[in-house]
Amino acid sequence: MEYQWNWGVFLLPSAVNDGTYLDWMFAGLKTTLVLSLSAWLIALLFGAVVGVLRTVPHRGLSGVATAYVEMFRNIPLLVQLFFWYFVLPELLPAGIGNAFKAMNPFAQQFVAAMVCLGFFTSARVAEQVRSGINALPRGQKNAGLALGLTLPQTYRHVMLPMAFRLVVPPLTSEFLNIFKNSAVCSTIGLLELAAQGRQLVDYTAQPYESFVAVTVAYVLINVVVMLLMRKVEVVVRVPGYLGGK
Amino acid sequence: MITIDKVSKHYGNFQVLTDCSTHVNKGEVVVVCGPSGSGKSTLIKCVNGLEPFQDGAIHVNGTSVGAPKTNLSKLRAHVGMVFQHFELFPHMTISDNLRLAQIKVLKRDKDEAAEKGHYFLDRVGLKAHAHKFPGQLSGGQQQRVAIARALAMDPICMLFDEPTSALDPEMINEVLDVMTELAQEGMTMMCVTHEMGFAKRVAHRVIFMDHGKIVEDDSKEAFFANPRSERAQQFLAKILQH
Repeated sequence: MEYQWNWGVFLLPSAVNDGTYLDWMFAGLKTTLVLSLSAWLIALLFGAVVGVLRTVPHRGLSGVATAYVEMFRNIPLLVQLFFWYFVLPELLPAGIGNAFKAMNPFAQQFVAAMVCLGFFTSARVAEQVRSGINALPRGQKNAGLALGLTLPQTYRHVMLPMAFRLVVPPLTSEFLNIFKNSAVCSTIGLLELAAQGRQLVDYTAQPYESFVAVTVAYVLINVVVMLLMRKVEVVVRVPGYLGGK
Repeated sequence: MITIDKVSKHYGNFQVLTDCSTHVNKGEVVVVCGPSGSGKSTLIKCVNGLEPFQDGAIHVNGTSVGAPKTNLSKLRAHVGMVFQHFELFPHMTISDNLRLAQIKVLKRDKDEAAEKGHYFLDRVGLKAHAHKFPGQLSGGQQQRVAIARALAMDPICMLFDEPTSALDPEMINEVLDVMTELAQEGMTMMCVTHEMGFAKRVAHRVIFMDHGKIVEDDSKEAFFANPRSERAQQFLAKILQH
């Protein structure tokens, strides 16, 4: 039996009459973008804080940060997702748990997915930030302290500006990963890009067209991210240092 | 100005400093020398508390460095330090390098800090480079900026930790010249260095260290004319051959 290619399938009205199949794809794309970007914000914020804490000369704080990283880094993303979506609402105090369950299904899936992806990625960002701080010459910290800056001031004005510059390339990888990892969230029913692609297969029996479209969409997202981050690298480049002019 | 009293330090079982005692009077220039691994850099870093020590006491201008209640940041703000690898902040212009601590630590306003920074930049002969980044300067220039950065804080004394060891031979003199000038103006200085010419010209006293101990602590005349310990004699013989 020969496969019947039909690229026109995207322009057909959907089986449930809510626009075309192309509209489905765009709805999925939008969800993927909003989900990934909001999770990325969480990841950057928590990752930066935890990464810094891993390097401070305080056993308690660095211990807590290490535990955080190991927990989120060593449990599979899928397991974490199920935890946030299925388990945590049952464990929370009844008020909060019920408020979560009272939200519409899409909002529930979205919030769980965003928090899950955000924390999972934050552990990885934290490791990058830590490696950036540790890659600085030891004398930089001493120089800051010797001028009378406090330790927090030394981090803020001396160490972190350089550490973040050093880790722009590995952070780019994490940024790309978060879009790809977001596809895992289809497993709790969230209709993001990959899930819309699969749904389209179910309704139209045109799997090749559907998955080609999904693939192209992911590639396009990541090309944009790469170009953006390359721009960031150029903007933060330090003259006379690390490839700067 | 600086008194070091029976200071000992160890990392686990490894003894880095043993029972070190000395002092630096106001206006005095003291050169600390000795073979590598003798503890010179560690000792000088103990003076402003960058390295903690277990026994003994160090007082700078009457303030105990090792006491838990001492505000180390406040103390360090007035103790200038110059490092082997310059340690300018690479992401800031020379101008901003000079201003940062003045603004954040001494709470000077921006214009005042800039003016003060440029005054000292001019004194080390680098006024034209204020807008550049550290990576665009030579090693010698960077080290002079580092000295200017420390001076802009109005230090009561200056610590130099091998300030010329990372420099090309051609650039050593431009840094030593700045240090000599500073010494002649009466700055209190403690310098870890192998530059025996500088020590002969500028120092009042020379301290010789070996294996974490202060082996010799004498006026420069006595040290160079007639070092008492055999170890110092060997050391001098080796580095004065050239």
